[in-house]
Amino acid sequence: MWLRLEPRAQASRRLRTAAPLIALALTLASGTVLFGALGQNPILALHTFFIRPIDSLYGLSELAIKAAPLALCAVGLAIGFRGNVWNIGAEGQLTMGAICGGGLALAFYGAEGPWLLPLMVLAGGLGGMAWGAIPALLKTRFNANEILTSLMLSYVAIQLLGYLVHGPWRDPEGYNFPETRLFGEQALLPVLLEDTRLHAGVVLALIAVGLGWLLLSRSFAGFQIKVVGQAPAAAAYAGFSRGRVVWLSFLIGGGLAGIAGLGEVAGPMGQLNPTVSPGYGFAAIICAFLGRLHPFGVLLASLLLALLFLGGESLQMHLNLPLAITGVFQGLLLFFVLACDVFVRYRVRFGRAAVGLAP
Amino acid sequence: MTDPMPPAPDSTVAAPPRLELRGITKRYPGVLANEGIDLRVAPGEIHALLGENGAGKSTLVKIIYGVVKADAGEMLWQGAPLGSHTPAQARHLGIGMVFQHFNLFDTLTVAENIALCIEGGGDLKALAGRIAEVSGRYGLPIDPLRHVHGLSVGERQRVEIVRCLLQDPKLLIMDEPTSVLTPLEVEKLFETLRRLAGEGCSILYISHKLDEIRALCQSATVLRGGRVSADCDPREETPKSLAEMMIGRELPVCRHREPPEDGAERLALDGLSLAAEDPFGTDLRDIRLTVRAGEIVGIAGVAGNGQNALLAALSGERRAPPGQVRLGGRPAGHLGPRARRARGLAFVPEERLGRGAVPGMTLADNALLTGYQKGMVRHGLVRFERTRAYAQEVVDAFKVVCGGIGAEARSLSGGNLQKFILGREILLEPALLILAYPTWGVDVGAAAQIRQAVIDLRDRGAGILVVSEELEELFEISDRIAVIGKGRLSPAKRTRDTGVEEVGRWMAGMFAPALDEGPKHVA
Ligand SMILES: Nc1ncnc2c1ncn2[C@@H]1O[C@H](COP(=O)(O)OP(=O)(O)OP(=O)(O)O)[C@@H](O)[C@H]1O
Ligand SMILES: [Mg+2]
Repeated sequence: MWLRLEPRAQASRRLRTAAPLIALALTLASGTVLFGALGQNPILALHTFFIRPIDSLYGLSELAIKAAPLALCAVGLAIGFRGNVWNIGAEGQLTMGAICGGGLALAFYGAEGPWLLPLMVLAGGLGGMAWGAIPALLKTRFNANEILTSLMLSYVAIQLLGYLVHGPWRDPEGYNFPETRLFGEQALLPVLLEDTRLHAGVVLALIAVGLGWLLLSRSFAGFQIKVVGQAPAAAAYAGFSRGRVVWLSFLIGGGLAGIAGLGEVAGPMGQLNPTVSPGYGFAAIICAFLGRLHPFGVLLASLLLALLFLGGESLQMHLNLPLAITGVFQGLLLFFVLACDVFVRYRVRFGRAAVGLAP
Repeated sequence: MTDPMPPAPDSTVAAPPRLELRGITKRYPGVLANEGIDLRVAPGEIHALLGENGAGKSTLVKIIYGVVKADAGEMLWQGAPLGSHTPAQARHLGIGMVFQHFNLFDTLTVAENIALCIEGGGDLKALAGRIAEVSGRYGLPIDPLRHVHGLSVGERQRVEIVRCLLQDPKLLIMDEPTSVLTPLEVEKLFETLRRLAGEGCSILYISHKLDEIRALCQSATVLRGGRVSADCDPREETPKSLAEMMIGRELPVCRHREPPEDGAERLALDGLSLAAEDPFGTDLRDIRLTVRAGEIVGIAGVAGNGQNALLAALSGERRAPPGQVRLGGRPAGHLGPRARRARGLAFVPEERLGRGAVPGMTLADNALLTGYQKGMVRHGLVRFERTRAYAQEVVDAFKVVCGGIGAEARSLSGGNLQKFILGREILLEPALLILAYPTWGVDVGAAAQIRQAVIDLRDRGAGILVVSEELEELFEISDRIAVIGKGRLSPAKRTRDTGVEEVGRWMAGMFAPALDEGPKHVA
């Protein structure tokens, strides 16, 4: 054994808070190297990646639009993660929300009224919840690993969406493109700021962050979630049910992801197409950890991850780099966050256990 | 008696002490846990470390073992100064330690657990053989292939002890190793320790059981409030004088009144039978018992005789057919812990860190853990001012030494955490209080205080059931005593109608299962 990890006597709280910032710095450093290796001027590339997308009001509004679904999903995930419930399937729950909410818009196409939009939000949330209920049921009934079930259900949901927009829901006047018709005016989220696409979904996200904080920090349900997560035996002793926490986590997480999906189709897209989400549900996992599973931290992390999405597009547009850059940066960031967390709790030692006699 | 140096055995006058501490100081936020502590342990010496709960004993031995870093002071190992070291290095030097709170992974077997912290422990088969051999030789039977989650607390402790013995230690630190061992096991352990000491291994021994210390140790260092308050030879002291050195005043005596003849039924077990969850556990068979308002019933028995299943069936963590457990006269076997608490049950589990309290949460949050039915929650929101006030009340009433109610439960010393959990349950003013090993790891002064609090609660009309291995304690506080053995329960007898001999006989398995109940039926 040449390299060993040794637990630190006391994991420092300050280090724990600083870890995401250190991870971000390391990600930037690796990014610089990466751009250099791609033959780009690193400064220009970083500028194009991180600054240029948000140097205008329009850019900032786009950032908010992208951050909203991330924050919605990530707050829900963070609540579950606190209780040791590992919902990895926000992407699928988001997709189901989009299908259910969007389906409603299509069903009432031409017969809509002001009542439609609230119903769509409700349908989106319920759709996500229903999709989250499946892993919850499998977990509580058969003790099936929720990581696997929720992840696999994501792909099922994405396939279902593909089937619908390629088949029964395809726009009859759409030249065979795999997309539905554009929703009616009353089925779209109102735009908040003129000349931008900033829509009411952003407000929903902020409300979710606030409610998530209230739940986790102030409510008895949140307390139970944390006890189940930190000390299952103490939870059993106090009479807090693990099954209830699993259900609660999946219903909240699924519901919020579903609303996020609805926000996409009733917001910037205005229709259903095969790629409702560029991977918000998966990126939200990173947001949750980067934000230290705290709703306010999650909000900041969502803004950062949103910037990565925008930056990728900006690089593609201005420097002709592939869109996959976004994924690379997401991966780097998650990797460094997890690595920093390891070093917060452990220190590295070289060689075998040496005898610690002082000189 | 207050000699600064422990009397060194003659043979070691010239040799350096195995371990010497000079001026060790350690500060935690809000408390000075150790302050200028000097200590020497000679080779082959069995040295006791005494002190009240929170006096700093565990902190000091954690510093020796390298788990905690001292703020100031020097440590010499066989005369050579020791820089900052890690537990791995300490083990390498030959320092072994049995922690007060165990460090075992529930989901692994005994052998796997031990392999994790032994160098070259890779070959599990060979290791299992060595474990069986060492545990047999030292009279601490454990099966290397069993999973830890199914072991009783006493058995877990054996695992920890055997784990140390496997490493041929030169200094063995034991932080309250006998808290949950049976008298027979304690006797065996002492033989082991004496033999080890005879082979030259030094032993640093922490315990609150003063008789044990007098029987085992050649010298003692007494800590009070983080400082050395005395050094002495425990063999020349009485338990009373030792206790007074520890707490700095005289020991309080328990007051005890006669229980009322016919209180209302608070708990009844009516033929409770329950299969053990673990294949090696003990099944409960046809248990019959009644606890009435205003009385304390004690259940004696050697650990591993079904206490775990019984306690789980009482707390509601395991369900039984409704009629087999009655609370307040109504069937309750099917109810979970929450519903039983709503009926006036309070419960102190044997495992305090991780079950009785959430280690990473503050005392205020841990007050909420079981106090949530006492108006601490309104409209689904926690009323933090109430949880804080309640935690403060417990801390004040039970003199819990801690860095305030914002301190994490894991930062409390073992005995103080026990006082907190016990106080939390008692102040809920339950109709029925169930206690598992109530004074485990609590210092003599605090133990007396806890017993008095339990007796006072009884006098206010609660029914109380105490499960313990300490006969002395059971005889001191119980109005009636029953014995659990091999999953069966003896009839409960009035304490004054029985004696230690009879109960001891019952503990060895010679009794007829309980047929009738209630004080008035028993001869
Ligand atoms: N990690 C920690 N953080 C803050 N305070 C601590 C920590 N560990 C111990 N303390 C405090 O230091 C003091 C000494 O604790 P220690 O565990 O050494 O007591 P002890 O003598 O072993 O008591 P006991 O007999 O109850 O086990 C206590 O007041 C305790 O609250
Ligand atoms: Mg201690």
